[in-house]
Amino acid sequence: MRFDLKVNNVLREVDVPPDMPVLWVLRDILGLTGTKYGCGVAQCGACTVHLDGQPVRACLLTVAAAAGHDILTIEAIEHTETGAKVQQAWLDEEVIQCGYCQSGQIMAATALLQQIPQPTDADIDEAMAGNICRCGTYVRIRKAIHKAASHEA
Amino acid sequence: MKRKNLPTSRRALLGAALSGGGGFLLSAFLPGLPLLKASQAQDTATGVVFMPNAFIRITPLGAVTLIMRYAEMGQGIYTGISMLLAEELGVKLDQVSVEAAPADPAYVDSVAGEEETGGSSSTRDSWIPLREAGAAARMMLVAAAAQIWGVAESACQARDGRVFHPGSERSLSYGELAEAATHQPVPAKVSLKPASDFTLIGTSPRRLDTKAKTNGSAQFGIDAQIPGMKIGRIMACPVKGGHLTGYNRAAALAVPGVVDVVTLPDAIAVIGEHMWAAMKGMEAAFPQWDYGPNATTSTDDIIARMKKASEQSGVVAVKNGNAQEALKQAHERIDAVYELPFLAHAPLEPINTTLHIRPDGADVWVGTQVPGRARQEVADATGLRPENIAVHNHLIGGGFGRRLDSNSIGQAARFAKQVSYPVKLIWTREEDMTQDQFRPYYYDRISAGLTKDGAISGWHHRTTGSSVTARWYPEGMQKGLDPDAVEGAAQTPYGMPDQLVEFVRDEPDAVTTLWWRGVGPTHNVFVVESMIDELAHQSGQDPLALRKKLAAHQPRALKVLNEVEKQSGWGKALPPGHGMGIALHYSFQTWSATVLEVAVEKNGSIRLVQVHSAVDCGPIVFPDGIVAQIQGGLIFGLTMALYNEITLKDGRVEQTNFHNYRMMRLNEAPDIQVHLVPDPEAEIGGIGEVGTVAAAPALANALFAATGKRLRRIPFAKQLGGEKA
Repeated sequence: MRFDLKVNNVLREVDVPPDMPVLWVLRDILGLTGTKYGCGVAQCGACTVHLDGQPVRACLLTVAAAAGHDILTIEAIEHTETGAKVQQAWLDEEVIQCGYCQSGQIMAATALLQQIPQPTDADIDEAMAGNICRCGTYVRIRKAIHKAASHEA
Repeated sequence: MKRKNLPTSRRALLGAALSGGGGFLLSAFLPGLPLLKASQAQDTATGVVFMPNAFIRITPLGAVTLIMRYAEMGQGIYTGISMLLAEELGVKLDQVSVEAAPADPAYVDSVAGEEETGGSSSTRDSWIPLREAGAAARMMLVAAAAQIWGVAESACQARDGRVFHPGSERSLSYGELAEAATHQPVPAKVSLKPASDFTLIGTSPRRLDTKAKTNGSAQFGIDAQIPGMKIGRIMACPVKGGHLTGYNRAAALAVPGVVDVVTLPDAIAVIGEHMWAAMKGMEAAFPQWDYGPNATTSTDDIIARMKKASEQSGVVAVKNGNAQEALKQAHERIDAVYELPFLAHAPLEPINTTLHIRPDGADVWVGTQVPGRARQEVADATGLRPENIAVHNHLIGGGFGRRLDSNSIGQAARFAKQVSYPVKLIWTREEDMTQDQFRPYYYDRISAGLTKDGAISGWHHRTTGSSVTARWYPEGMQKGLDPDAVEGAAQTPYGMPDQLVEFVRDEPDAVTTLWWRGVGPTHNVFVVESMIDELAHQSGQDPLALRKKLAAHQPRALKVLNEVEKQSGWGKALPPGHGMGIALHYSFQTWSATVLEVAVEKNGSIRLVQVHSAVDCGPIVFPDGIVAQIQGGLIFGLTMALYNEITLKDGRVEQTNFHNYRMMRLNEAPDIQVHLVPDPEAEIGGIGEVGTVAAAPALANALFAATGKRLRRIPFAKQLGGEKA
């Protein structure tokens, strides 16, 4: 089936099965491999993208449900003011190890800061607990979110 | 996992240029994939490229490429190794690009004895030789400049990618000198900078690999995109030793987007235009299996057999004095059994391999810790000659030992040779979890005694389990002894005049075993450090004070103990339900002492409050990298100690995804303070696995302090009732 997807502000027409998750459309059809496959069942958050500004798991979001909505991925997050600050904070705090989960972490953190510009530790816990980091960079993720928030002021 | 102690051959490294000679024409050179470009990189141009050894390449336009013999899997090695090379080469880190080495014997790690990233050996094996490689290149560039100017080499200086002659205020860039440098001989002798002159080593520059990991541009193996490529999903027989008996080919091929179904005796791959087609196609194919001889095996069967095996004596690893007699004489004694579960690696990037196999050669795009083995696997699977197989190594989305094995690459090659197009073969998370090669289950019997005045009187440790060494590196076996199985048990930080350590090998038929972060020490240090804690409590001594007493002959042990005692406030009053535990160990030539504070609620739920870790790894290359590895390594080990075990029922692995193989999450992670107490004169130590080793014993000892319950079996959380797995 044909669908019109708006990805990173560009309209893309794709011809795929309607139940195909956006994760695989992004990666295998559109070549946007920054969004990662980790579990396929919304347990790890590596595939987090924004749908109309809300963080969602692309592994369970079907293309049929996403058509007509704004999809934003890691490849374009630098064009949002908050996303750019989060990326910079991630570098400044040297958060990243293997980096495989970090697309999802940055997308989740950006969504958090867009909704709550000055999050508490409890806000961070709630927003980020869905994103697994197997390298264990959690201590620095928390610090980097606070740092990005301080730039929001 | 330190398998060979070959003397590092400086000559071999300095002379190891890929195509021989000091330089060669770029037109004759097949460039690899520059993974991470320098922010200041110039583009390459035709002309003579200076390649003084296998690790450095400088083009006429001044592009400096450092070739990485180690895989970057998060441990920061691209940065650490680049610092060693750049320090002596005389370039800034923002002037270099890094590139993954091809499979080639020039890139053998001498601690491992092969092309390998593992065993926390990378920095240890590179500390001197890669600085020498950088220095040799710099000397050739300086010699070239001196010859051009007709001045003495000693009158020239090299820094920031240029050679300067202060006397005449002239300078030439490394690019301008590249061709001339190729005519200089490789120096027979190089001298290294004294530590006092370091400008990079010992600092914490920004990591080279992280920018690309913030914007989706970093290329992991799973991100490979090759023109004409199809994508496949693999399913192997859920029970080891079984085989495929049938599948619905027509139904699979009827799924839109499915292009092929290919099989092996024990596995099936459905290939499609995209992963979704491959996944739906696999559902439709509905493979049927004969589960084979392990069809009824459960973990309980494996443990029961291991328990029985552990009743017999094993191969002796250490025998000092007379442990049995000393135990008889002991004032206090404890006899205990410790058990550690099978563990999956569960890196977030699941196993994947992309291959294009042609009649005359093959390309392989994969993230691997063992490029040489990867190439050999493909050669064995296809009959191609290794020199006609190019392994393009990629960033790895978490290794932890998993990508030390290359069997999955051989499996992928046996599928890929059945099709003519490039194909990316991906294991789903469920496949990755259930078909992993697991950290062995260990069944450890240990008896220890104390004299009246608190010295150890007899120590008998018998470990029973699978030998990873015997399968993976049989040359490393020592007359039936697996050195890895007793690493951390045979040598402890403590004075043990009467010590007996044995290994009983018992291989589970239904499981293949593999290295797992921290290897032998992650296993044995849990047992040893728990037992020391048991002895302390049994005899009414403070656990930290007892360690100081028993390790009084080890000044570096005392240093890390004193540091962590001070930083953690050891001994201070804690709220009800809280407890502090300590673990000391010497692993991978690094000393560390870790104190963990835990809080246990009435319902048994565990909260990790705070961790302090003092670390002495000898000289320090990249301080922030060390801190990050200790923090991450502790989280990795604490996750395992709290939650993780792989179990089998009817021959199948019961854990399938992160809902039943639980990961620690951000809201559970404690603050972790790392205190570096380096010893610049000591041998340099490894760091990637040190934190993981300390986690389980520090936590077990803290839980005892908090609850009075001694947990001798991992994982802990469900035993206190606060966590339903």
